[in-house]
Amino acid sequence: MNPKLKYLAGAALALGLAAPAIAQDEPLQVGFVYVGSIGDLGWTYEHDQSRLAVEEHFGDAVETTYVENVPEGADAERVMTQMVLNGADLIFTTSFGYMDATNAVAARFPDVYFEHATGYRRDHPNVSTYSARFYEGRAVIGHIAGHMTESNIVGYIASYPIPEVIRGINAAYLHAREVNPDVEFRVVWVYTWFDPAQEADAAQALIDQGADVIMQHTDSTAPMTVAAEAEVVAFGQASDMEQFAPFPRVASIIDNWAPYYIARTQAVMDGTWESVDTWDGIAPGMVELGEFSERIPEDVRASAQALADSIADGSYHPFTGPISRQDGTVWLAESEVADDGTLAGMDFYVEGITGEIPN
Amino acid sequence: MMGIDPVTLIVALIGASTPILLAAIGELVVEKSGVLNLGVEGMMIVGAVSGFIIAINTGSPWLGFAAGAVGGAGLSLIFALLTQYLLSNQVATGLALTLFGLGLSSLMGEAYTGINPPLTPDLFPQALRDIPVAGPILFGHDLVIYLSILLVAGVWYALHHTRMGLILRAVGESHDAAHALGYKVIRIRICAILFGGACAGLGGAYLSLVRVPSWTEGMTAGAGWIALAIVVFASWKPWRALIGAYLFGGIAALQLRLQAAEINIPVMFLDMSPYLVTIIVLVIISSDRGRAALNAPAALGKVFHASG
Repeated sequence: MNPKLKYLAGAALALGLAAPAIAQDEPLQVGFVYVGSIGDLGWTYEHDQSRLAVEEHFGDAVETTYVENVPEGADAERVMTQMVLNGADLIFTTSFGYMDATNAVAARFPDVYFEHATGYRRDHPNVSTYSARFYEGRAVIGHIAGHMTESNIVGYIASYPIPEVIRGINAAYLHAREVNPDVEFRVVWVYTWFDPAQEADAAQALIDQGADVIMQHTDSTAPMTVAAEAEVVAFGQASDMEQFAPFPRVASIIDNWAPYYIARTQAVMDGTWESVDTWDGIAPGMVELGEFSERIPEDVRASAQALADSIADGSYHPFTGPISRQDGTVWLAESEVADDGTLAGMDFYVEGITGEIPN
Repeated sequence: MMGIDPVTLIVALIGASTPILLAAIGELVVEKSGVLNLGVEGMMIVGAVSGFIIAINTGSPWLGFAAGAVGGAGLSLIFALLTQYLLSNQVATGLALTLFGLGLSSLMGEAYTGINPPLTPDLFPQALRDIPVAGPILFGHDLVIYLSILLVAGVWYALHHTRMGLILRAVGESHDAAHALGYKVIRIRICAILFGGACAGLGGAYLSLVRVPSWTEGMTAGAGWIALAIVVFASWKPWRALIGAYLFGGIAALQLRLQAAEINIPVMFLDMSPYLVTIIVLVIISSDRGRAALNAPAALGKVFHASG
């Protein structure tokens, strides 16, 4: 990959390493590090839409820069360092795999604020973490998948075996099984967030194995294209993917980072920025559900909406007992609700999922 | 537990292998003429983006494939001029061509991410494709897949049964002798390089127009390097290149299906298995020095200067 540096801010950075105290009339520099391309119409696309929302909200008071297709690893550290040297005051690093790089760069530049998406390490006072409770959305689309499948096989394209992905599989499975006790989940791990050819092949492999509903936890629309051709159900991931509606895309989970990005940028301006861990779901609007397509039966649309509403108003938690682990041991007793700590580190399947989590 | 359906596996394997097969058969001809072009990856991705742009703008996948071939050939022309007229080092020039191609393609494709290209129709009517087993395997593909196999047959025939092939091989074995006989070494090599570029470009276009189908930066993801390895794997024999490409595509398609069928083989091992097979084959081939050396074109990678 050849990450392309795009400095939208342009020559305004000529001052280089200026003193941390920023003059009032100078715009705040906000940097974004993306794992995919802003044209992926998925994960990175939504982060970039939210970046644009920040620009629109603050106008001339803020200048944003972004670098796309940054590999997780040493390259990420280099890109972040370069951003700081170019004058960034606040940097959003938008992939789990940037965790070490973000904390390493944050240690070297204590005057710059870092916001790391979907991670859990805040080693330094200038690092915050934020994530969305995607599993709330996955519970709802799992509910729809359980109703929509006729072969009772749901194919799931998973990226990496990390808690966020495993949580999503569990949430979707539990709510599919709730409405369809015969449902089976087939999980394919592709070990990438974004590789259209690989994602398309994985979707095809799942369809060939009898799946008639495809869920994805990867960022491109390639599985949608395959689903369209095979005429199986699919769900928009990270962004609405509305160009595939009403079929194969019957519903979607949309990440809306804009309110958070605006709030955090404001906090830096006001000098009230603090290291926090944010984990928001459907209720605050960080996780949105795309329009349910008319290809979903009306009663299912209604029950899915009711499920989403009950999650939003807090009357229902998607991980409410009784739930056992895959090995049969009890995880949550009757009406017990999962705590955030267990959810954040989830490394096991719930009972009923037949596959194994790779090490 | 469900088994793996061999029919769909074979169909998926053929689709996954075709881009690398096209690139490999082109590179095989280039190397047979005594030129080592390491820019396959760059030519593929430029072919992928040019084909995609033309297909989107004209609405015709066929014009897209043609544009992919032209794009790949166009990029290879740079390589041809640098190595054949300016006598630059082929390895360095090829590597530079890959880097240039990757950058150029991101620039060209900037406005084309997230669009779906026109669909490439299957060649045969539905009735033929519905025949059990043989239908999907023999008739369930688009024109380019049949073209790729015809191309392998054509290259094999041309290399071994035509005067043109004899001359090409002569140039690749000993350019000085061929030159002394009055053959235009540089002209022949440029033609071979252009052919290789067109094949790589077509392979790239197949990736962006059929396999994915959409344009994303860096979407070839190393396919060009695999094509280069397949040429050595095939010891410069066209039919073996076909086997090599299908073997590689087959393992890639199989590992996803094993996962989907919940047959528990560690995923990491499956993911690296195509590369392991390539390395093992390379080791086996190179351990048998006599035979490998016999098959490699003797003048491969050597600079030719007419006064020499």
